[in-house]
Amino acid sequence: MKLKFIEEKIAKGLMIVASLAVFAFVVNIIYTIFRRGLPALNWAMISQIPAGGYYNGGGGGILNAIVGSLYIVLGSTVLGLLISIPVVFYLNVYLKKDSKLAYIARLAFDVLFGIPSIVYGAFAFTIMIYLGMHTSLGGGILVITLLVIPIFIRSMDEVAQQLPKDLLDATYALGATKLETIKVVLRQIAPGIATATLLSVGRAIGDAAGVMFTAGFTDSIPTSLGQPAATLPLSVFFQLSSPNAEVQDRAYSAALILIFIVLVISILGRLITNHFSKHKI
Amino acid sequence: MKSFPYQNPTRASWAEDYSFLNKDVQKEDDQALKKSYLKVSDLDLFINKAHILKNVNLEIPDKKITCIIGPSGCGKSTLLKTFNRLIDDTEGIKYKGSIWVDGLDIFDPKTEITEIRKKMGLLSQRPCPLPMSIYDNIAFGCKMHGERNHKKLNQIVEEQLKAVGLWEEVKNRLNAPASKLSIGQQQRLCLARGLAVEPEFILADEATSALDPISSKHIEELFIELKQKYAIILVTHTLRQALRIADHVIFMYLGEVIEAGAADELFNNPKQELTKKYLEGAFS
Repeated sequence: MKLKFIEEKIAKGLMIVASLAVFAFVVNIIYTIFRRGLPALNWAMISQIPAGGYYNGGGGGILNAIVGSLYIVLGSTVLGLLISIPVVFYLNVYLKKDSKLAYIARLAFDVLFGIPSIVYGAFAFTIMIYLGMHTSLGGGILVITLLVIPIFIRSMDEVAQQLPKDLLDATYALGATKLETIKVVLRQIAPGIATATLLSVGRAIGDAAGVMFTAGFTDSIPTSLGQPAATLPLSVFFQLSSPNAEVQDRAYSAALILIFIVLVISILGRLITNHFSKHKI
Repeated sequence: MKSFPYQNPTRASWAEDYSFLNKDVQKEDDQALKKSYLKVSDLDLFINKAHILKNVNLEIPDKKITCIIGPSGCGKSTLLKTFNRLIDDTEGIKYKGSIWVDGLDIFDPKTEITEIRKKMGLLSQRPCPLPMSIYDNIAFGCKMHGERNHKKLNQIVEEQLKAVGLWEEVKNRLNAPASKLSIGQQQRLCLARGLAVEPEFILADEATSALDPISSKHIEELFIELKQKYAIILVTHTLRQALRIADHVIFMYLGEVIEAGAADELFNNPKQELTKKYLEGAFS
């Protein structure tokens, strides 16, 4: 057999091994969570807030953390989109391809992308102290927004950079100003926006370090932006830190709920994306 | 009617002939030229110090098909993109001279660039429908220019689709994505989209080169039909296409207009040696 066919076989084999390794990892995580979490999961977990002594094995549930996480994800996603879409639009439509500003901005977003969330948390915490704010839902949303903006911008930007020049030209030729091309641009990069949103949601809902200082933790459901809010990752953390095995199992249930929420959001995201990207050229 | 000045040594006098543009002197026989009038004078264009267009002087007749021919890289497309200033976004672009459209200098800072572009429907090499439905592709431009009335929009969409012979093919699926159309249909849709904003010129940049022969023929026939209402400027790579449909021809070589004139005249009796060679196929 010729050498190149042997190479082909070996390369293919390695690819399969790599794919299986990743798959095994995911299955293993999900299996562990199901094995320990499913038996502890009950209706009270998702419909009640913690009763007294919950973390020592008392009754109640983690509705506070579910609602808190959803609030933070929703708030930061909406804010993040509102801030990043104009940035991406400006970078790709207004600035020329070799613009220095665009280069520096992209570099900055790459750096921000890599900053750990605890640093965002500490940074936001300093600002909150300066402003005299307490740990609150508002603070949590703020820091998670900061955290997801680089994700939003960089992943949408990757797609927007592929925007066909002809498409913009065609729009300009109809007499559009740069701003008026936004309808065309948004439709064209819709799949990118959806992917960016899914990535951001994943990061926002899973982040523990950023919200620890800023959103705090509480057993009640926040009714205003000024009140502290619990989050699922912190709920997992606190329950897992308990010496009580029953409470530890509940941590896995909480993780299960977290994964379920991410799954639902991802599926919804895909459906919405398909709807909006059917016109993509 | 004035004959259109050709790019040849005898045209020293035409600057005087058209001096009314600068002096606002109106002559009666120039009325025809007032509308859909495009004139290029002393245009030089540089991209990063490369001299792309060299002292271009031209005039585009109304309600005729003007073909710009010449070998690759001679600046045909650049010239076309200069007409509606799409070239503006190119890095390191600089120009001198002026282009007059309906008596407005398009390089004048006071001229609204969107108005100039609206006057010039653009048809690019590869069809480029907007990422919307067939209906919205046509309605987009009208909506953008303030048309909100649904009945009116429906009417415009139907009219323009009929004008490009697409209505029968798509009338039952106006809400389908434009990207689902065949490439020839897409190009006709793009033409209709341009027509919907009521242009005076149609700029076509090798508009048939990505199409199959039947679709190309369709587009060519449309051009011949549409020249009753519009001035059509077609950059083309295929000499045969120019022979088939051109009324007026501009031959460019290395950024210069070598010769321009009525198609019959230029094809049968070229005045310049270079034109003759190009037509004979000595280079392409």
